[in-house]
Amino acid sequence: MSGRKHICAALVVLLAGCSGQQAALDAAGDQAATIGDLWTLMLWVCGFMYLLVLIFLAHAIWRARHALDAEPLTHGSGSRAEHPLRMALGGWVGLIVVGLFVLSLATFFIDRSLAQARTDDALKIKVTAAQWWWKVEYEGMAPDQRVVTANELRLPVGQPALLELHAEDVIHSLWIPNLGGKEDLIPGRINSLLLTPRREGEYRGQCAEFCGLQHAKMALDATVMNPDAFTRWRQQQLTPAPAPSTPEQIRGHEIFMSGPCAACHQIAGTPASGQTGPNLTHLASRRTIAAGARPYSFEDLRDWLRDPQSVKPGNHMPVVQLSDSDLNALTAYLDSLK
Amino acid sequence: MKPRIVGDVSSLPDAAFSHRSLIWWGVLGFILIEGTVFVLAGGAYFFLMNHSTPWPPHRVPPELLLGTCFTVLMMLSEIPNVWADRAAHGEHLRQTRIGLALMTLIGLALMVIRYFEFQTLNVSWDDNAYGSIVWALLFLHTVHLVTDWVDTLVLTVFAHMHDLERTHFSDVADNCLYWHFVAIAWLPIYALLYWVPRMMK
Amino acid sequence: MTTALPREADPAEITAQHAQLTRTWGTGQSLFERLATVDHKIVARRYVITAFVFFVLAGVLALLMRIQLAQPDSHLIDPDRYNQLFTMHGTTMMFLFAVPIMEAIAVYLVPLMCGTRNISFPRLNAFSYWVFLFGGVMIWIAFLMNAGPETGWFSYVPLAGPEYSPGKRTDFWAQMVTFTEVAALAVAVELIATILKQRAPGMTLARMPLFLWAMLVTSFMVIIAMPAVMLASSFLIADRLIGTHFFNPVEGGDALLWQHLFWFFGHPEVYIIFLPALGMVSSIVITFARRTIFAYTLMVLALVTTGLLAFGLWVHHMFATGLPHLGSSFYTAASMMIAIPSGMQIFAWIATLWDGKPRFMTPLLFVIGFIVIFVLGGLTGVMLASVPLDLQLHDTYFVVAHFHYVLIGGAVFPLFAAFYYWFPKFTGRKLSERLGRWNFWLFFIGFNVTFFPMHILGLAGMPRRVYTYADGLGWESLNLLSTLGALMIGASVLLFIVNAARSLKQGEPAGDNPWGASTLEWATSSPPPPYNFMHIPVVTGREALWQPEPRQVLEGLSPAHREVLCTSALAAVPDIRQHSAEPSIWPFWTAIATAIWFIASIFDARAVLWGSLPVAVCLIAWMWPTPPRVLQQRTAP
Repeated sequence: MSGRKHICAALVVLLAGCSGQQAALDAAGDQAATIGDLWTLMLWVCGFMYLLVLIFLAHAIWRARHALDAEPLTHGSGSRAEHPLRMALGGWVGLIVVGLFVLSLATFFIDRSLAQARTDDALKIKVTAAQWWWKVEYEGMAPDQRVVTANELRLPVGQPALLELHAEDVIHSLWIPNLGGKEDLIPGRINSLLLTPRREGEYRGQCAEFCGLQHAKMALDATVMNPDAFTRWRQQQLTPAPAPSTPEQIRGHEIFMSGPCAACHQIAGTPASGQTGPNLTHLASRRTIAAGARPYSFEDLRDWLRDPQSVKPGNHMPVVQLSDSDLNALTAYLDSLK
Repeated sequence: MKPRIVGDVSSLPDAAFSHRSLIWWGVLGFILIEGTVFVLAGGAYFFLMNHSTPWPPHRVPPELLLGTCFTVLMMLSEIPNVWADRAAHGEHLRQTRIGLALMTLIGLALMVIRYFEFQTLNVSWDDNAYGSIVWALLFLHTVHLVTDWVDTLVLTVFAHMHDLERTHFSDVADNCLYWHFVAIAWLPIYALLYWVPRMMK
Repeated sequence: MTTALPREADPAEITAQHAQLTRTWGTGQSLFERLATVDHKIVARRYVITAFVFFVLAGVLALLMRIQLAQPDSHLIDPDRYNQLFTMHGTTMMFLFAVPIMEAIAVYLVPLMCGTRNISFPRLNAFSYWVFLFGGVMIWIAFLMNAGPETGWFSYVPLAGPEYSPGKRTDFWAQMVTFTEVAALAVAVELIATILKQRAPGMTLARMPLFLWAMLVTSFMVIIAMPAVMLASSFLIADRLIGTHFFNPVEGGDALLWQHLFWFFGHPEVYIIFLPALGMVSSIVITFARRTIFAYTLMVLALVTTGLLAFGLWVHHMFATGLPHLGSSFYTAASMMIAIPSGMQIFAWIATLWDGKPRFMTPLLFVIGFIVIFVLGGLTGVMLASVPLDLQLHDTYFVVAHFHYVLIGGAVFPLFAAFYYWFPKFTGRKLSERLGRWNFWLFFIGFNVTFFPMHILGLAGMPRRVYTYADGLGWESLNLLSTLGALMIGASVLLFIVNAARSLKQGEPAGDNPWGASTLEWATSSPPPPYNFMHIPVVTGREALWQPEPRQVLEGLSPAHREVLCTSALAAVPDIRQHSAEPSIWPFWTAIATAIWFIASIFDARAVLWGSLPVAVCLIAWMWPTPPRVLQQRTAP
């Protein structure tokens, strides 16, 4: 991109008020929208105060063009302006106090309204953060109704979702800007986060608390769907993984089950039941791989399997040496896990 | 224009006691720093206590005997300490020497008790967070005890080697001030270590 | 001494006294004398230069980070190195540059502004510098050997704990904190004693320059705040090295204990950096507006209030940790309230300029830049104090923008103003005004180009402390822009170094008081002689040097040995002639022993015990009282 294009793009970003799939002011949920309103209020009040300071400063500089090399003024009462300036200072402090009062009050009420939002019909989801991925579990009526997935959060539009936040190792922070503010996930503590999505679409969340080597690549795909689509997705997630059908997939299945993969990953309906890595039962239905490190595609998945350490250096998935044909077979099998 | 000399300070004294002396302010500064450390460490104790029941986790508080002996002796040491302080302020050489020697001996006795006190805490620093904070508090106080004891020892040796000028008496008085701090700071720590766990039962 | 007073000093007497005082207070050229010196000006000069070197080093790290972030999915720097870079950048800037340089300038200026001959505890001061130097060198050597800390300047546990950061990296970090805090605390105690007890006769509290007020409040803040981080870093290193469980949730510890202790220090830390800068700004505004400060009493109150409120804000760094909401509202209110004293001070400076006869020279340009930038940073601070808004903005580039506006705007701009303003006093020569203007405009524009876009990046969802970011999130252009701005800042700082180096040799000679300023440091020659003042100045008004001539002074301090005049704490009435410590090599050896003690305990926990023995020996040698025999010789005629 040329420099000029960059500047134009910068202006566009400014004017568009930061829209995008990971943007705080492009609200797609109640919480983000409410906070967005607070932002607007803050921007106006603070902007006005800033303007006043700049005007006063500019006027002081403009006045100085008449400055003469006079004797220094050693006591304030020697100036005729002392009294009016004191009055102005009083007014200025009064203005600050009023401004702060308005902003504190707005903060207080908005904070309270966010905290008191209805949660009785909320969808309950347990999110566990680990270095550097997200485990997402949807509570069901019965144990066999529980959906486990990784690095993706699907929410039905209009229904509040109450996220129960756990951390496996270090502190992380869950942040989906389009939906609402962030909340830390702290080992030894349980936090919660309420999100009420209002607009269907694909959004992106990201870990916001520095959590080590790959903090930068710890994203979470958030999808707000219409309730019917959500129910269908949930039903589909409950089904065990489809059995491999082509010879290549069958070969891949064997590699997975006999190799180290199955020790860390679970694929429902197969002997693979490892718990330390993400659940792969419906891997191929996700938008990205390795917590947003790459978009999901056959080629990207194969790259990842060939050498996860070059895609996301330092992540906890070891390199497994495979021949090209084995690699293709394994990728083909995993790509069948729709 | 040349400055005009309007006064002469050569007749002023060259040493004084308490807030008139520069060193006193330095000592006060360090007392403030270390007092803050104690307050924050105490805060950490309560913070950890609030996150852990029962307290102590294994339900056995430190033995009372040695800690209480230490406390009693520490409080009694304030009598010779105040006495030494007065002797220093009065610039009485013999009394100051006796006071310093007495404080050195008492400090030594306190350190011996403290050594055994560590062994009656009924917890090790690496057992759990409770053990860690208990050891930390006792260790912190011990550091102050030892530091002030070394200072007292140095002054004792010096006072027995030389006649003292006012500035040295002032140093002795500042040392007594610091001992007040070491003694007073112990009381809340004693309550935290020995009585809070008993009250939590 | 029998001549009737008042009288004028006689020139022959002045020449004789100068020679004698220089012998008494001077520092020779031998290595030993250089290491043993306790002259506050020499120590401060070393302190300032060392801290500035750390500033440049940390700035280079920032440029490396900006180059990495200039484009998405960049592979120039690997994540481990990048994490070390931002950790070292923050750590160096906060612990090795910002606080030390403010204290260093105070170590230079406070005794001069008080009109006294040396700082209150000169040996402690020398010790402080050595400890600071050794701590800084240790962490940088570790970093260059690829053992630099990589868990952020805040070292949150459990990430920084034994399980997730094995190796020695974080241990170096924790010990560096101990080094620098020992140094900072020592200076704080010295400054308090100097300001309260060594002010020139007549300089009552109500006549104290605002810089002294700022340093007094700052020093008290250091005393209350720094123990928290020392305690925290000691707990951390104990967890790492001897298996304690302060922060281990499995054994009853708590990760949030670290955050409380760290931010109880960390937030006041910002004001510890910022208040001295305010003092500098006041000095410069008064001088260049040629008007006494508007609303002096309120300015003092504002400093004190800021110092107090600063301790009520730490929780606003922890709004996202799931604290109870009611408690958080309290911190919102407290955080916002700090805008009142700050707003008042901003008004008073502009009012002073408005009502004065300002001369727009480089120091004042930097002060104006400070106002424009800092106020914006203050206002985004108000936004961050609001809990719901903070939950969106926390840990994003918006916060990066905010605190750079506050810290660079609020501290580095005043610092550069101070360099231009006091350079003549430090060296006897003025900095080039022409290069100064280039320096200013490049810095001002470069700063805004670098950091303004970060506000938008934060709102557009970019989190902090990421070594790279994916293409397609709309962050590319702004990041590139930001990198270009950073290069401008780099050029500007380079220009300053060139200016300083050239002016040191070829600058216009300054004379005692080149700006016609009103505070006592300008009452002596530039650079000041080793003894600062031949006669102790008497202060008759708030703007000491703007009072009607002739200047009044006192005589009677011995020229033959080191004496300073102590005055009463409130009214500054002459009280005693206090002996001031001679040069001594022992502070240096004590610092060496301390460094061995701290560094050895990283590798062997038992060193906590045995390492203290050499320190004790050195301390005894250092503190050993002067025998009466020597004292008597000294006072003999």
